[in-house]
Amino acid sequence: MTSFTKPLNTLLATALLTSPVLALAETAEEKGLSISKEAKARDAGWGDMQAEMKMVLRNKQGQESIREIRIKSLEVLDDGDKSLTMFDKPRDVKGTNFLSFSHAVGADDQWLYLPALKRVKRIASRNKSGPFMGSEFSYEDLSSFEIEKYSYKYLRDEACDHGTCFVVEQYPVDKNSGYTRRQVWIDQAEYRMLKVEFYDRKNSLLKTLSSTGYQQYLGKHWRADSQKMVNHQTGKSTDLVWAHYQFKTGLKDKDFNKNTLKRAR
Amino acid sequence: MVRATLHTTLLVAALAAQPGLVSAGLADYELSGKVTGELRYFTQDAQFSDQSQTSNLSISAQPELYWEWNNGNDSLTFTPFLRLDQHDDERSHADIRELSWLHVGDDWELRAGLRKVFWGVTEFQHLVDVINQTDGVEDIDGEDKLGQAMINLSLVKNWGIVDLYLLPGFRERTFPGADGRLRSGLVVDTDAAQYESGAKEKHLDTAIRWSHSVDVLDLGLYWFHGTNREPVLTPQLNSNGDTVLVPLYEQMDQLGVDIQATVDSWLWKFEAIHRDTALDDFLATQAGVEYTFYGLQDSAADLGVLIEYGWDERGTRGGQNQNDLFFGGRFTLNDADSSELLAGISHDLDHDSTSVLIEASRRVGNNWKVSLDGRFFQSDTPADPGYAIRQDDHLQLSVERYF
Repeated sequence: MTSFTKPLNTLLATALLTSPVLALAETAEEKGLSISKEAKARDAGWGDMQAEMKMVLRNKQGQESIREIRIKSLEVLDDGDKSLTMFDKPRDVKGTNFLSFSHAVGADDQWLYLPALKRVKRIASRNKSGPFMGSEFSYEDLSSFEIEKYSYKYLRDEACDHGTCFVVEQYPVDKNSGYTRRQVWIDQAEYRMLKVEFYDRKNSLLKTLSSTGYQQYLGKHWRADSQKMVNHQTGKSTDLVWAHYQFKTGLKDKDFNKNTLKRAR
Repeated sequence: MVRATLHTTLLVAALAAQPGLVSAGLADYELSGKVTGELRYFTQDAQFSDQSQTSNLSISAQPELYWEWNNGNDSLTFTPFLRLDQHDDERSHADIRELSWLHVGDDWELRAGLRKVFWGVTEFQHLVDVINQTDGVEDIDGEDKLGQAMINLSLVKNWGIVDLYLLPGFRERTFPGADGRLRSGLVVDTDAAQYESGAKEKHLDTAIRWSHSVDVLDLGLYWFHGTNREPVLTPQLNSNGDTVLVPLYEQMDQLGVDIQATVDSWLWKFEAIHRDTALDDFLATQAGVEYTFYGLQDSAADLGVLIEYGWDERGTRGGQNQNDLFFGGRFTLNDADSSELLAGISHDLDHDSTSVLIEASRRVGNNWKVSLDGRFFQSDTPADPGYAIRQDDHLQLSVERYF
């Protein structure tokens, strides 16, 4: 039996692999992955980045609440990035700083500096789905995009603001994610993420993120000036306005440790 | 005192008029801070005759002035603190929490001046935290500290951070006066403080600490040599013929270790010290675990639960947390107002006494924060340190304005 099946299987495999029709037919999963890889590859090499972010939280009645933070981050090849976040507003959290070493696989390392007690506290990073500073953005929405965090499926091409977009579905690998899936619209010309729809654990549409005012930095890296997250289930929304993007400012590994966490202003 | 008060108030008023980051010539300058109003209402009559208050109003201000220059590699921070208290003259006090210069080198930092340093990982007791003196009139939790004079060289290495400290100028602990609630039965006479060292408060203390993060572990190890921040209190007759407690500040050598393991939603915490003084030589620990339930019932709210245990080799003749069990809960709504409810219970297994703490707080608007606290004490054993405050149950309303 074995002597018979083995050559047959080999023959079959060879036939299939050499078949021109099947070799070209990338599966939807493969295409989704390759689009996401291309988007990541096009932005690679940004080195380090600094920016200021203003958040405007709006409840259903339209009441506003302001958050202001500054971010420094360092690109880490073959792993997640390092970042240092400084909180300026609201005033009662001013001076609070946050250090994160994110990892493509496994839990991130995170520390919080509490200025009133001068205390550095290592915190659990499992809380991916919780709201960031009471906003409609969760921690996972703001963490760096890594290929390993999702599995993928290409859905279709669709007309969008910047010509034609790939519509790709992303399924979080982490069981602690707040989502079953995200649907992302990526423009085919520059691979910018223009829109994201988030589906909650019950697979109902939860939020939509729209990114506008894309600008290119260092002739390569596209960043949105403003992002709007609308929660369809609560009627609340959060606007993110980015300012003073700077790339390759010379930040090093030594700028991301507990000492810099304590003194960052 | 009155003069210092007036000056500080004027300074605060003058500076509050121009908040925000201002670029004044070469240096960047920034002002921030807070003013707090606090109202305490005691639910029971006082235990001791001088304690006149059943309610107490108090205000405090803590502005922070910050300058930086040389591309942020040099900076100066000035944080004065002032409290005015309706009843207790000892609680009305001023301090310089920070007046320090920071210089940042390539893989080192030099910090000089009056500063505050925090060490440790546990929540109910800060056993290993010894650099700063406790500002005991502020609150009973021991988390308020007086500014400590120091020169601190911090070295960042691949194998961790090493901090070297020279600590000139010891600060005596503050204690409530006769009028104050939440005090020991006998009043501490802070003017009669005694020292083991002939150099008294001018003894030069030293400390060295290594800290590092390895995978899920955060580790700290230190050695401290100098004046014990915790005084030995002995009853004595003062010149008026009243019995008072006289603080004695001994010399000590202390080895301390703190470890936290952060695994998934679990935080495992451990602190231990070995203290060697002329009078004693003992071990003490505080250890526990914290677990957080994230996104309760698919909402944004989290619930963190904590259990800690405190042990002291000296037993009941030693520290306050010699055989004590602690339970805590932290409920956070994660809403736009940062609404939060904290509850803690501590139980002394030797004295069978209990204290309960509840704190509810939220932000109001962009610059205000309101907090309502309740503290309740139960103790039937005169030997228990909690016995003196067993009738000091109180509610406290705090309103904070940040600028």
